[in-house]
Amino acid sequence: MTRRLGKNDRWLLLILAVICIGICIFFYLQRGEAGAVAKVTIAGEVYGTYTLTQDQTIEIKIDGKVTNILKIQDGTADVTKASCPDHLCVHQKSISRENETIVCLPNQVVIEIEGAKASALDSMT
Amino acid sequence: MKRKTAHLGMLLAVALICSYIESLIPFYFGIPGVKLGLTNIVVVWMLYLIGAKEAFLISILRILLAGFMFGNPFSIIYSLGGGILSFIAMLLLKKTNRFQVVSISVLGGIFHNIGQLLVASLVVENFNLFYYMPVLLSAGFITGFLIGILAQELIARLKGRL
Repeated sequence: MTRRLGKNDRWLLLILAVICIGICIFFYLQRGEAGAVAKVTIAGEVYGTYTLTQDQTIEIKIDGKVTNILKIQDGTADVTKASCPDHLCVHQKSISRENETIVCLPNQVVIEIEGAKASALDSMT
Repeated sequence: MKRKTAHLGMLLAVALICSYIESLIPFYFGIPGVKLGLTNIVVVWMLYLIGAKEAFLISILRILLAGFMFGNPFSIIYSLGGGILSFIAMLLLKKTNRFQVVSISVLGGIFHNIGQLLVASLVVENFNLFYYMPVLLSAGFITGFLIGILAQELIARLKGRL
């Protein structure tokens, strides 16, 4: 019977594990503060920006049809309904920190959280 | 030749059953794309016991058929991106002849998730999705490791019997 893990494997697995943990730590340190606005983009185009401080329900429409419903409550954004077949965006947990995203692949809808700084910059340009 | 066709058909059926079982397990971590990857057992096993070409063929057919039966067109695009990238990574690592099954499976798991993330980013034209990179990488490592252990046991036991 062959050995389960050779010397090479141990090294490779160790290096891969270190890379994974390293990337996790890097992203964790880069983790944003609580965000200020939820930005909705469709196929890379900005659809709208909505403040997180105000509870609201936004219907995201493509060609007049409602595709996703975005609910903002208590400073977090969540997709509650979607027209896509897999509903992965609905299952995704609600988001509230800077740079967090919810994706609806079939509708090409992305909801991103941005901080106050980034949104101010957007409105200037 | 006939025997081989029958074998490949059987392996495709096994891969599809794995896909089916996986579609029954709700496996949501709040992030789409994190899956156990049971079918990778079949791909790794074929890579070792049958051949690269055949393994690739079954992998692609499995993704297409499973997508039509248990998924949707978008799950096919996701899976193809992940499946092809992970296959290339596993094949290259196997060619070095210096690593065991578990390492190959871990690399496959990681690259599967990288492939999916790339495809998703291209589809929505938004590269901020890479925010989920750490979770997907770690998940790929862990699931790849578990699947690798299973595949190794299977390969050791089925060698020469098929």
